[in-house]
Amino acid sequence: MRKLGVLVAGVAALGMALGQANVIKIATQSPLSGPQAALGEQIKLGAELAIEEAKARFRQLGFDLQLAPYDDQANPDIGVGNANRIINDPDILGVVGHLNSGVAIPSSEVYARVNLVMVSPANTNPRVTERGLKNVFRICGRDDVQGPAGAEYAFNNLRVRNVFVIHDKTAYGQGLAEEFKKRFEALGGKAVAFVGTEETSNFVPLINQIRSARPTPELIYFGGIYSQIGPFVKQLRERGLKTRLMGGDGLDSSEFERLAGSQAAKGTFYTTVAGPVSAFPKAKAVAQRFKQKYGKDMEGFAIYAYDSANVIIAAIENAIKANGGRKPTRDQVTAEVAKTKLEGLTGTIEFNAKGDIKKAKYFVMQVAGTGNWADNKLIRVIEVAAP
Amino acid sequence: MLEQILSILPQVIFDGFLLGFVYAMVALGYTMVYGVLELINFAHSEIFMIGAVVGVEVFRYLAPAVPNGFLLLLLALVLGGLIAGGTAVLVERFAYRPLRKRGTTNRLVPLVTAIGVSFILQDLVRLIEGLWHNEFFLRMRTVEDLEGSFELFGIFIQTKSVILILVSVVMLWGLTYLVNRTKLGMAIRAVAQDIPTSSLMGIDPDRIISRTFLIGGSLGGVAGVLFALQYTTVTPYVGFLPGIKAFTAAVLGGIGNLPGAMLGGLVLGQLENFFGTYLPLLTNNNFGTEYKDVVAFLILIFILLFRPQGLLGQIVREKV
Repeated sequence: MRKLGVLVAGVAALGMALGQANVIKIATQSPLSGPQAALGEQIKLGAELAIEEAKARFRQLGFDLQLAPYDDQANPDIGVGNANRIINDPDILGVVGHLNSGVAIPSSEVYARVNLVMVSPANTNPRVTERGLKNVFRICGRDDVQGPAGAEYAFNNLRVRNVFVIHDKTAYGQGLAEEFKKRFEALGGKAVAFVGTEETSNFVPLINQIRSARPTPELIYFGGIYSQIGPFVKQLRERGLKTRLMGGDGLDSSEFERLAGSQAAKGTFYTTVAGPVSAFPKAKAVAQRFKQKYGKDMEGFAIYAYDSANVIIAAIENAIKANGGRKPTRDQVTAEVAKTKLEGLTGTIEFNAKGDIKKAKYFVMQVAGTGNWADNKLIRVIEVAAP
Repeated sequence: MLEQILSILPQVIFDGFLLGFVYAMVALGYTMVYGVLELINFAHSEIFMIGAVVGVEVFRYLAPAVPNGFLLLLLALVLGGLIAGGTAVLVERFAYRPLRKRGTTNRLVPLVTAIGVSFILQDLVRLIEGLWHNEFFLRMRTVEDLEGSFELFGIFIQTKSVILILVSVVMLWGLTYLVNRTKLGMAIRAVAQDIPTSSLMGIDPDRIISRTFLIGGSLGGVAGVLFALQYTTVTPYVGFLPGIKAFTAAVLGGIGNLPGAMLGGLVLGQLENFFGTYLPLLTNNNFGTEYKDVVAFLILIFILLFRPQGLLGQIVREKV
């Protein structure tokens, strides 16, 4: 009896040791605590769902596929610290992340040291892929296309000619507003003003400027985050100005409607790089599984994270095959990701030489003002090649 | 350009007054504490913030129960004033009084304590609101009675702006009356003149100082509620900038001088609002609204170069 016990223990230990050798992990990095945790959790759960669904396939290949979630707290220092731990875990062969470009840029430099592949579901700053790092890819659009996409919609579809441009003086907001203005003026429109403000409560001076601007602006474009645009719109509407408003994906949060009030928020246009579930016919079934498993609605970033994880999963599978069934190296996985050709939930995923998706989708949305962010109308999907 | 400036000038002046009255009410808190203790109570910014947060919470919880918007606002003002004033009293009791009792003569020690208290209050409110509602940005609830607006001589005026001006004028008048005409006011002035001597005259300085904090804190709290009503979004850090500006206003007016603090607040509100609106126009879009504080503070420095004691202040002589 004792012998049998020893034997069982021995077999179990051997099994664990073997299992250990065949573990493959995919890491996620996104804020899981703090004010942006709601968005970051969507990234983690989206990747988790994709990994759960691939587990059986990997078992047949003789590998145990696991998720390794990390919390970057939307903070560059913490992101870089995690990145160092990630590159020191040899089982991690890919990273899905981050939420914030400001965190993704320094962290990806750490991954680059060991050529560990990062596929981003959410980072829109042009610099993410403009630095020539071979291990960095993204499946969402870029700010230097998002701004122009908004400008074209405003000029061609809303027939706006005079626009009042505001930005929040951050790399994101100002960059977006500049790209918007550039394209709008190239189309023949006029930016009546281009103003930066860090103000978060008293927007009265800005509103008086809009009131006195000549020619009268037909649209206000605000490159910034919902926490600033929300109170701005509330005060603007309270003071009786009905000028239409447009923003970028920084406005894409139900918090915007809460801060502005549904009445004031109603009708606001925004462009976003991560469309809602309703924008993707293929996402419907996955969203149902997501809801069943996690008890939460699947939002844009989870869909993109699901696709990002699948890009890495497919690359690892290809690399295993090319490697004769053995565990691939990070270099091999990165090389396979660069060759990706995949039909994801969000459409065809193929990367250009920089690591941008060849054709990214941009969505023009309009706030419904019903108190439910998911009711917002999808007005237009624009597909634009990466610059 | 001139036509553009003139077309909205009445509006800009009116909005400048709105902001100015908020600064004036907060500035009085700084000036009173300075007058009595010669202490710059930087935690006063956070007292103002606490008033704003209490205002938001009162509207959140009592709006369904109290159908009348004006009554609701009155409740918010009273509660906001009391809680903010109470916090100020606690801060004095546990942070400043022990230092005074120990006879700390270094002026920097209470100043640094004040800065520390200010951070503690910010994070305390953030913690409480985080646990309670999991919200960082607090939104002032909309109440129909207070949302009206009308136009007068081309000036767009909201009901709540009128209330803000009325309430602050009443508060400012009440405070002036209290300090100049009542027994408590006389005691405050006596303590401000000389603490040891006043205690020989049968005044309990600790009690008077405590009341000074209560009054100054309540004013700050009321200003906070009105600020939240006017500008609608509140965070635990919302007190910092208005606090610094109100402090500047107190210095501009002549710190320790009550009418000076009011005047300083109004001047600063006008400067800020004027340059906030017109800078892009005056500089041909080279300088935007974001430089409004820079210009306003430059002008303040300029004024103080020529009148270091402040607009209504007197040159401090040795107390006799």
